[in-house]
Amino acid sequence: MDAYLISVMTFIGIWIIMAMSLNLLVGYAGQVSIGHAAFFGIGGYTVAVATVKMGLPFPIDLVLAAVVSGILGGFLGLPALRVRHDFLVLATIGINFIVVAVFQYTPALGGAYGIVGIPPIAIAGVELLGLGMLLLVAAIAVALFVLKALLLKTWFGVRLIAIREDEDAAAAIGINVASTKIWAFVLACGGAGIAGALYARQLGSVFPENFGFVESVTVLTMVVLGGAGTLIGPVIGAIILGGLPEYLRFLHEWRYVIYGLLLTVLVIFERDGLMGPESRLRALLTRLLRRAAAEP
Amino acid sequence: MAETITNIVVTGCLYTLIAMGLTMVYGMLRVLHIVHAGVFAVGAAVGLVVFQTLPVGFWPALFAAMLASGALGVAIYHIGYRWVLDAPRGTPLLVSIGLFITLQSLLEKPFLLGAYASAFDAPVGLPRVQLGALAFTPAQIAIVLSTVAASGVVWLVLNRTRLGLSWRALSEDMNMARSLGVATQRAVALNMFLGSAMAGMAGVLVAVYENAVSAHMGEVVAYKAFVVVVLGGLGSVLGAAIAAFVLAAFEIGISTYLGGLFPRDAIGFAVLIVILLFMPTGLLGRRFD
Repeated sequence: MDAYLISVMTFIGIWIIMAMSLNLLVGYAGQVSIGHAAFFGIGGYTVAVATVKMGLPFPIDLVLAAVVSGILGGFLGLPALRVRHDFLVLATIGINFIVVAVFQYTPALGGAYGIVGIPPIAIAGVELLGLGMLLLVAAIAVALFVLKALLLKTWFGVRLIAIREDEDAAAAIGINVASTKIWAFVLACGGAGIAGALYARQLGSVFPENFGFVESVTVLTMVVLGGAGTLIGPVIGAIILGGLPEYLRFLHEWRYVIYGLLLTVLVIFERDGLMGPESRLRALLTRLLRRAAAEP
Repeated sequence: MAETITNIVVTGCLYTLIAMGLTMVYGMLRVLHIVHAGVFAVGAAVGLVVFQTLPVGFWPALFAAMLASGALGVAIYHIGYRWVLDAPRGTPLLVSIGLFITLQSLLEKPFLLGAYASAFDAPVGLPRVQLGALAFTPAQIAIVLSTVAASGVVWLVLNRTRLGLSWRALSEDMNMARSLGVATQRAVALNMFLGSAMAGMAGVLVAVYENAVSAHMGEVVAYKAFVVVVLGGLGSVLGAAIAAFVLAAFEIGISTYLGGLFPRDAIGFAVLIVILLFMPTGLLGRRFD
């Protein structure tokens, strides 16, 4: 396979993990966050410090990244206990700016120059490059997809959806809103940390500007485009927005203009995204499938 | 000390100008108007282009920038917010963020501002002013005068005109005001126009003050205006003005006397999160929820 294609697919895999983790928060728990890239960054920087400065091997750095981002994500969940809706969004934007400022101004994290020279993942002395890395990312993405699907079948998943639908009613029937929300943030941010860890390994370096507001909006656009609150939606959103700009030069140069417009238009006209429960595309696919099934 | 005070006054004025537009939009539409940051940068860009291409000097360029950003504000309402006012909370915010990213990325294109900052070295035609120990440069005087004038206009419109009355009615209860005969679309459009024109004014003033126009200039400033708006109590114009000076004093005080422990901009964001957590109604606000 072409090395460029492999690299693009690896990054798409990383975006899929990002979008899936954000979807847990936005689509299921109903807590909109525009600070998700901060935790992507925390995962990336954790791996950078663990490998370059401390020489820790895979998979310890990956686990560390997930744990650190998850715990810090739990702290991000604290404002969500006090403020709702648009004010929560504002708080998450603020957290994203603060985290990027910490990356930029902490000498131990390399400041504006970031951290370079992160080695590729090695398993039993064999370095995973190209196809090997792609397979690892794909395996982790599939594992997380299955885990998320199973999680949503548990009572925890039901509690998340109850909070999304009506927080006060959920509290009234005895759901511990605070702990459910915090756990949603921990899990979602831990997922972002895993994505960040893989991103740092794939790129070999981390810079503060890779984890800013625009990246947070990009992930959110992926989730909203595919369909927040559906299992397959974020995967489709990440494939479309992560893959198309790599192959269409025009799209690459204009991608942020297009992401912005896409987010606006979708929110106004197709609020549930391409694959939402009542979306036009899903209705069309269902109709086609039914017709195919009806014909003997 | 004197320089610190001048700094606080000027920064406070700029925050006031930007935050007043935001709080007006929030008071009426209950929308967190992030694209205000884009309007601010567009204002600066229009001011620069008019100043460079037409032989008109600084003040007409400022006026042109205000007209352009006001018109942009009205367009944003008609393209975006109008359709999602009844949608769940958070939806208009996503529309706003989408439009903001679009505007900012457009400005960044090489045929507009490009990726780097451009200089905006315009003589404002005012004298230096010495008030006791406080020295103001011409650009700083322009900022203070413009803020006083703009706040005066907002106060007059809000409290002494039928338009202001209809704004206050709409912010109490939009459907009720509409059924009692308030021309909603026109009143909202004028509100967006005035608020956005002030953002454009602030954009030009900041650009001249710092001698730089760039596509990203709005990102941090306008987000900090949210800090001001939340601190002042959402929808409260007076609260926003007071909070603007409080935040300016806080930021400049901390960065002057406690050194550069933490970047100045991050202080504002940390303040915002603390306020949201412990004082969600702000200094002078009532709770909207």
